[in-house]
Amino acid sequence: MEKTVNQKAWFLILPVLILVAFSAVIPLMTVVNYSVQDTFGNNQFFWAGLEWFEELLHSERLHDALGRQIIFSLIILAIEVPLGIFIALNMPKKGFWASLCLVLMSLPLLIPWNVVGTIWQIFGRVDIGLLGYTLDKLGFAYNYTQDSFAAWVTVIVMDVWHWTSLVALLAYAGLQSIPDAYYQAAKIDQASRWKVFRFIELPKMQGVLMIAILLRFMDSFMIYTEPFVVTGGGPGNSTTFLSIDLVKMALGQFDLGPAAAFSIMYYLVILLISYVFYTVMTNLDKRDGV
Amino acid sequence: MAHSGKKPRINSRAIVMTLYLVFLLLPIYWLLNMSLKTNEEILSVFSIWPRNLTFANYATILTDASWYMGYVNSLIYVVMNTVISLVVALPAAYAFSRYSFMGDKHLFFWLLTNRMAPPAVFALPFFQLYSSVGLFDTHIAVALAHCLFNVPLAVWILEGFMRGVPKEIDETAYIDGYSFPRFFIKIFTPLIASGIGVAAFFCFMFSWVELLLSRTLTSVEAKPIAAAMTRTVSASGLDWGVLAAAGILTIIPGALVIYFVRNYIAKGFALGRV
Repeated sequence: MEKTVNQKAWFLILPVLILVAFSAVIPLMTVVNYSVQDTFGNNQFFWAGLEWFEELLHSERLHDALGRQIIFSLIILAIEVPLGIFIALNMPKKGFWASLCLVLMSLPLLIPWNVVGTIWQIFGRVDIGLLGYTLDKLGFAYNYTQDSFAAWVTVIVMDVWHWTSLVALLAYAGLQSIPDAYYQAAKIDQASRWKVFRFIELPKMQGVLMIAILLRFMDSFMIYTEPFVVTGGGPGNSTTFLSIDLVKMALGQFDLGPAAAFSIMYYLVILLISYVFYTVMTNLDKRDGV
Repeated sequence: MAHSGKKPRINSRAIVMTLYLVFLLLPIYWLLNMSLKTNEEILSVFSIWPRNLTFANYATILTDASWYMGYVNSLIYVVMNTVISLVVALPAAYAFSRYSFMGDKHLFFWLLTNRMAPPAVFALPFFQLYSSVGLFDTHIAVALAHCLFNVPLAVWILEGFMRGVPKEIDETAYIDGYSFPRFFIKIFTPLIASGIGVAAFFCFMFSWVELLLSRTLTSVEAKPIAAAMTRTVSASGLDWGVLAAAGILTIIPGALVIYFVRNYIAKGFALGRV
């Protein structure tokens, strides 16, 4: 749509700007402020320059957490996106069953995150949880508090359980917007099921899928509550992701300087990757002329 | 979908959906199952349904003010947040969808970056900021803090819906002599009602499920239910039954909201970009 140039539109945006300035800019400046100072308690601060940043760039703890975080996010995307599309393709198109599926599928999305953690913490326990008990009886050595592989599997299955529905719902919305005429044309051309998917459904879902990938990437990169409740970052440090590490540092050890420097770098990494996604997304929008 | 070979496809679809829904519901069922048992039963017998059905765990929560006030607190700040987010996001989304102005694209991306900000980064500065202005442990503090990610999201969703409304409607209304506020409230808002519904749903959802910020910003007066659940850890170990019952109760508001917007989920998701 063509837009009129109108500088007065700034006034319409003003409320948002004031609100976001209060809830984002001021706190962020505090973080920047801490990141370049050192403190010995008593509210005495000393200029530290870029010391913290240099220290963190060489810190193994951060490298490990970042590595784990990236692997985690990639696994999550690799499972949830294809699975979500697959589920969306199999959902009933309309009527009672469609509503029922939508309602049931949205359910995990509205459970508070620590309750999600609690659900899986219980579900995976060998003594009282259905999953843990069953696996144990089947002869698998499954114990997510001791074995880091089991902990990873639990955290990943939990995230798949929690968020696949979001991808599926978005993909489903994309599918719903495809006119019947497209399918009829494909039928006349005797296109195979795969070709219908590849050349009709996938391109039409592209826009919503980018949103789904963007949301899933951002949220999995910031994941805190669920793994914290289930594993507490353990066993050892094996499921300590960036946010868990950051909270440990900032609120646990109260190392304000390093924690602030950590925050800024963390934020920048997310911004950078999201900017790439966002640019791709807006270019897609333009190409399709939405 | 392709209409050839109808019978077998419908069956395979039903199987896929059934498996997926069972996967989704099984952990929730397990929680429900535990919430209806006594602690002795949970720890001693392994059964897939409660042998001695008991509602004692729910009674514990619903009769203790420090428990049920958690729900009230959570609902208060969630509703506050949804209202604030929508009120400020509506005009902004209108501006983004209709006008081009200096720095609009950068501003839009900058807004979105706030949705990408890890709450962990903001936990400590928020605590200091809200303490210094005397808002610590109030509902409004949590509501404002959640605006950090809900306002950008609401702007994003609403902008998508507003782009779908032809500009000619605005122009006709102005020619007919409508002032901007009257046009916006009387004509434009009803046109994007489903968009507002979807945006409200998402604001509710992300505010309801968030814990890190709401726990950091509250201690007693505005303590959310999610934070109250840590109380079940006592000297005698975890009170699994009460924990499970509290968990089940946190699912109910979400389920109610979904039920009311179920028709919007299907329609609404498709109209805007989200």
